[in-house]
Amino acid sequence: MDRSVGFFSTVFRLLSRLDLVLLTALLILLSLGALTLYSASGQNIVMMNRHLVHLAIAAVLMLLTSQISSTLLNRISIWVYLVGVILLVLVILQGTMGKGAQRWLEFGSLRFQPSEIMKLAVPMMVASYFSNKILPPSFKDIIVATALVAIPMLLIVKQPDLGTALLVGSAGFFVIYFAGIAWKWLFAVFISALIAAPLLFFYGMHDYQRQRVLTLLDPTLDPLGAGYHIIQSTIAIGSGGVYGKGWANGDQSRLDFLPERHTDFIFAVFGEEFGLLGNILLLTIYLFIIWRGLQLSIKGQDTFARLLGGSLSMTFFVYLFVNTGMVSGILPVVGVPLPLVSYGGTSMITLMTAFGLLMGMRKRKNGYGSMLR
Amino acid sequence: MPYKETFDNQRDELSLFRSRAFIAGLFVFLALLGIIIRLTILQINHYDHYTALSKENYQKHIPIPPVRGQIYDRNGILLADNHIEYVLEVTKDKVLDLDDELIRVNKLIPMSPQSIKKFRQKLRVNSRFLPVVLRPGLTDKEIATFAVHQSRFPGFKINVRMERRYPLAEVAGHLIGYVGRIDKRDLKNIDKKEYNGSTHIGKSGIEKFYETRLHGKSGFKTVEVDAHGKPQVVLKQKSPIAGEDLFLSIDLKLQLKAEELLQARDSNGAVVAIDPRNGEVLAMASVPMYDPNLFVNGISYKNYNRLRNNPSRPLYNRALQGTYPPGSTIKPMAALAGLDERTVTTGRSVFGRGFFQIPGVRHRYRCWKKRGHGHVSLQRGIFQSCDVYFYDLAYRMGIKKFSKSLARFGFGSKTGIDLPHERSGIMPSSEWKKKRFNQNWYPGDTVNIGIGQGYWTVTPLQLAHAVGTVAMKGMRMRPRVLRAVRSSRNLPAELIPHEQLPTIAVRNTRYWDEVIRAMVHVVHGPGGTARRSGAGAKYRFGGKTGTAQVFSVAQNKSYNASRLAKKLHDHSLFVAFAPPENPIIALAIIVENAGGGSKVAAPLARKLLDAFFLKPDPKKEAEEKAAAEAEALKIKQALDKKAARKLKKSRKSKKRRKKRRKKKRKVKRNG
Repeated sequence: MDRSVGFFSTVFRLLSRLDLVLLTALLILLSLGALTLYSASGQNIVMMNRHLVHLAIAAVLMLLTSQISSTLLNRISIWVYLVGVILLVLVILQGTMGKGAQRWLEFGSLRFQPSEIMKLAVPMMVASYFSNKILPPSFKDIIVATALVAIPMLLIVKQPDLGTALLVGSAGFFVIYFAGIAWKWLFAVFISALIAAPLLFFYGMHDYQRQRVLTLLDPTLDPLGAGYHIIQSTIAIGSGGVYGKGWANGDQSRLDFLPERHTDFIFAVFGEEFGLLGNILLLTIYLFIIWRGLQLSIKGQDTFARLLGGSLSMTFFVYLFVNTGMVSGILPVVGVPLPLVSYGGTSMITLMTAFGLLMGMRKRKNGYGSMLR
Repeated sequence: MPYKETFDNQRDELSLFRSRAFIAGLFVFLALLGIIIRLTILQINHYDHYTALSKENYQKHIPIPPVRGQIYDRNGILLADNHIEYVLEVTKDKVLDLDDELIRVNKLIPMSPQSIKKFRQKLRVNSRFLPVVLRPGLTDKEIATFAVHQSRFPGFKINVRMERRYPLAEVAGHLIGYVGRIDKRDLKNIDKKEYNGSTHIGKSGIEKFYETRLHGKSGFKTVEVDAHGKPQVVLKQKSPIAGEDLFLSIDLKLQLKAEELLQARDSNGAVVAIDPRNGEVLAMASVPMYDPNLFVNGISYKNYNRLRNNPSRPLYNRALQGTYPPGSTIKPMAALAGLDERTVTTGRSVFGRGFFQIPGVRHRYRCWKKRGHGHVSLQRGIFQSCDVYFYDLAYRMGIKKFSKSLARFGFGSKTGIDLPHERSGIMPSSEWKKKRFNQNWYPGDTVNIGIGQGYWTVTPLQLAHAVGTVAMKGMRMRPRVLRAVRSSRNLPAELIPHEQLPTIAVRNTRYWDEVIRAMVHVVHGPGGTARRSGAGAKYRFGGKTGTAQVFSVAQNKSYNASRLAKKLHDHSLFVAFAPPENPIIALAIIVENAGGGSKVAAPLARKLLDAFFLKPDPKKEAEEKAAAEAEALKIKQALDKKAARKLKKSRKSKKRRKKRRKKKRKVKRNG
């Protein structure tokens, strides 16, 4: 029977692993994103072309990863994780060998950021660890899982890349959360975080990180330095009003007042040009995607699928929240892009891959199973 | 039952996950709601605030300074205009390697090492973002040469600037005044918005008094700029309104003559000529003079010190700031006061013995004529300038009446001319003395006042005004320098209305005729003190000599000029008006430390009046104007030549020095 299937049928099988509802929402978001990027880049065609190439690669990867079954993913998790940790160590070593702070490895002409893998590898590893344990997890399991999260996270903090560390950490954390950690423990962690924060601020941060926190509290402290970003982005959003200044008509972005406006601060461009109504629409689309992600995780093939799916959905939310919070001036400036809208191949590929995995691991009563088991 | 356990466990796990997912979803919803609330605050509550900030970001207002009005004399001869100058400016911030680029620029546009040194000093003081002038006065050729190489010199830029220029240099310099860079003191008094784009402001003279008219209204341009300050498009523009052109009442020909006459004497002094019918100032000269052009771009320390330390004080306008004892020039006014107060009559005479004594006091108030004038009537008292007559008059009248009566001519108070820094002089009274010295007024003081000595001081302007008042039989016009104003070159000039001051009312207008008759007698009559100056005149005029003592001679000695320092010599004064029946000019002349009024000041007045009256033909006004213009041009050319000669000289001397150095070197080498 299988052999009689032709090319179209293969394509159909490939596509059938995707979730149409989530896919539609993603497509709407991506189009809105491309539109905004066109304006934010100053109508730069070269940049738009590259963005489309990133999109194409990410789409193919999503299609491929959607074919991976949860069992296969569960099996390879530990290896991905180990390779990732080793690469992170290599990055650190390379840094200490005299090249200064660095986030990537170079293989010939290819630049590669191992920390990006960890955004997937850490939740995979932790989910894999929990997959053959009885849930809710025991105290010992939680300790082990925390260690699994903490090791790569600390390595990334060391680079230093606070944004990625935050995302990796939260990805791991959400697995533990979905595994069913007792609320009292969560509460305990929350309290200790509150206590640790000032300690971290005074002893565990680089000067530039401390500066970012300080300027968040009062951007006017350093209006031309670290505060400049926040001041300009709040001006952009605030002057957008309810209806916005219109597409490609934002004065702040058009005249170059908004720094990093096509990457981390693209949300300010969107807010300036489309106003509060546009913002509400955009956030509603995001909310829908996260909601659909959680729904798909519930339909996961097994515990591993559910935990990983839930964690990936929530990591997507963390991306969104940290970015919009930062751009609107209620969170410190941390290098986190607006997911699927900001310009940049790496995050686009990671996120789309994650959605591919999420879609691929769901149970289907009727239809084809995963091609890669 | 392991299977069931797993199954139950799986079901529990699923429901656990479901609840956790629900809570997570709820959390996401609330968090995003939080973001929306934040956005609402930004985009609705603070919308106006951020819109303003955004506009402030990208809109820049660039002021456009107005063109300063020009100044002309009454016949339209240019006294002050704006000269377009091309300058090479450097903005330090944009320069990559200043030393290297200066050397390269120097090859294109030659500059002296001193000027470069000065430029470096200025650069150090100024903000690195503001352009500093490296080389003013570029020639067309230099502009072209530099323009070709412009791209090689970032930060170097050719700019146009309007510079105030006084083509006649020091001619009427005190009167016209000058502009200078706006300083901190100016900033307190001006509307900063109006002066945003302006660099200069009137500092003295007409330039200061009519600053508002001359300056005009500043315009602006609102441009959209990007974050780097680069202009994109012009959003709004308001053109500036040029300052008004001023036509002064000065008759340049008369002004030049006055200055020439004073300078020829080689003494300091002042001349003020007024049209008594309307108060228009026809000439106002003060010698020594200075060149106002020196001040326009900041006078050098050396030049300023030279002007400042000059004992003759060239910076100060003697015509309205110099206060002198009026001497006998006020005798006609005193006589009028005497008639009006019934102290004297035309018929009554006084016997002049050569001195006057207050009854019971031994002190002798001497007359200039030692032998005395004998029987002196009012007429003779004036035309022979008998001191005893006026000692007697003042003594009998008393200081109260005398002071009050003469103050009516404007003595002791400012005339209110349209020029800054006018001084009021002193019309002494017993109250004044009490206030000033805390001393009582003595009858002896009154005696001295009678001949225009003692505490009494006047400015030449006041004197000219008072003589004009006599000529006009009591009608007083406020002196004015501005005659007409033109707001645009296409519009006709509008005359400024004249202002009448309170007329001096006397009991009988015959008194005026009496005084005027005496003044005419001074120059035309037998025995008049200035008869030599009046001889042979083709017109008639009235006048009065004055000799003001600077140094009081002891009782038993006599005045001997040769034994006194020049500084203590008498001032020579003369006042005049003409023609007597229908006066059109009144003037006052003072020559400092020059001696008697009849010897020095009176002949000057004659020459000045000749220059005023002896026109070729009133119908040939145009021709005359052309001549005056040519004269002005000649002066300008002469000045230019002078400057050129100076330049040549300095170059020559440099060359000579160079040669000398070369020779020296040669000698050394040979040696």
